[in-house]
Amino acid sequence: MRQVSIKDIADKVRDLCISAACDLEPDVAAALRAAREKEESPLGKEVLGQIIENFEIAGAEGLPMCQDTGISVFFVEMGREVALDGPLSEAINEGVRRGYKDGYLRKSVCHPLKRINTGDNTPAIIHTSIVEGDRIRIKIAPKGAGSENMSRLKMLKPAEGVEGIKSFIVETVREAGGNPCPPIVLGVGIGGSFEKCAILAKKALLRPVGTKNPDPDLDRLETDLLDMINDLGIGPMGFGGRTTALAVHIEAHPCHIASLPVAVNIQCHAGRHKEAVI
Amino acid sequence: MSGPVRISAPLTDETIKKLRAGDKVLISGVLYTARDAAHKRLIELLDAGKELPFDIRGQIIYYVGPTPERPGQVIGSAGPTTSGRMDAYTPRLIELGLKGMVGKGARSKEVLDSIRKHKAVYMAAVGGAAALIRRSIKKAEIVAYEDLGPEAIRRLEVVDFPAIVVNDAEGGDLFLQGVQKYRRVS
Repeated sequence: MRQVSIKDIADKVRDLCISAACDLEPDVAAALRAAREKEESPLGKEVLGQIIENFEIAGAEGLPMCQDTGISVFFVEMGREVALDGPLSEAINEGVRRGYKDGYLRKSVCHPLKRINTGDNTPAIIHTSIVEGDRIRIKIAPKGAGSENMSRLKMLKPAEGVEGIKSFIVETVREAGGNPCPPIVLGVGIGGSFEKCAILAKKALLRPVGTKNPDPDLDRLETDLLDMINDLGIGPMGFGGRTTALAVHIEAHPCHIASLPVAVNIQCHAGRHKEAVI
Repeated sequence: MSGPVRISAPLTDETIKKLRAGDKVLISGVLYTARDAAHKRLIELLDAGKELPFDIRGQIIYYVGPTPERPGQVIGSAGPTTSGRMDAYTPRLIELGLKGMVGKGARSKEVLDSIRKHKAVYMAAVGGAAALIRRSIKKAEIVAYEDLGPEAIRRLEVVDFPAIVVNDAEGGDLFLQGVQKYRRVS
């Protein structure tokens, strides 16, 4: 067994919280720059220009690119040969607490009914899986509410098939309009169960923009959906244009013979994600 | 596409009359910040027959909850939040003289009707452009509800704050017009 201290995890999580908020990953940055070149709407082009200028300022000055520094979502792959000296959730929450304080990030987490802020952006949302090896891979995806609020889940009838899936996804984006800060990235979960497809949709957002789906059927579906979505005309910030989505990412999982769950998780243009391996 | 129009805040009727959906504007003057929790409290004050903590006539409300400022900074990152969450409260404030709003995303029919009836204007800033927008904010002071933290009402002094007119006083709607222009019907 490899011994890992939860203090080391907390330190790493603190740094990830700050860098995710301030430094846009190169995959999303490149997709936004390419979109500005292609955008036909003059206003859309200008909006994309402001978005690009914004993340350049944020990166250079160490400022959060968006004031909504999100609820802290983690995917942790824990090697089965790792022995921790304390609880993982405690380590992650301690890292979030310190990252949001030291990085001057906005604390955006509250009690659902009383609406009283927890004051330190905890508790984090943590999805853990046990994998081979003696390493811990921590992926952080801070999620703002503007795009999260426009996300949808539907239990389709199997008879609705691929056409039903497509129309639900496109309709979700159409209804969202300018609210989720387009150009968006779409994470789609198809299959599994009610909760599984939602987690798949979130996980799909972590795939780097510009990479192909290894499954040829899903790859084709992603391409079809991206075309349909960009034909909606919503454009950057909903002001009209060709760039409504930068990418559609799909994850699929077997489901019950009587079910066809589909979840659509919308990500704003600030597609923040970072990872570290301990 | 024409260049931006410089406007001053608070707004005058003459300024509002000139603005059209799709116009780019640079706002200089005063903006008040308020989002969900502050709006709720403002409406509770009105329900109790009390005065608002600032004179709302002619003012622009900017829907924003900034990040905390570092020592020596005026304000942290400060981009717009989704305006639709304030729709339930907005017509009441427009009736009292609120003339402008800056946020992102579409408004309800009730808000659009109220904007037209009372000759107000709804503008959008670029969502997520929070580090860029903060450069136009020269001064920030809390005027009410300090306990709400990022949701407190702040009085901002801004110079050339960038926004785009979405809903003008004559019923123009950039979201409808823009999307119609670029939609491809298959």
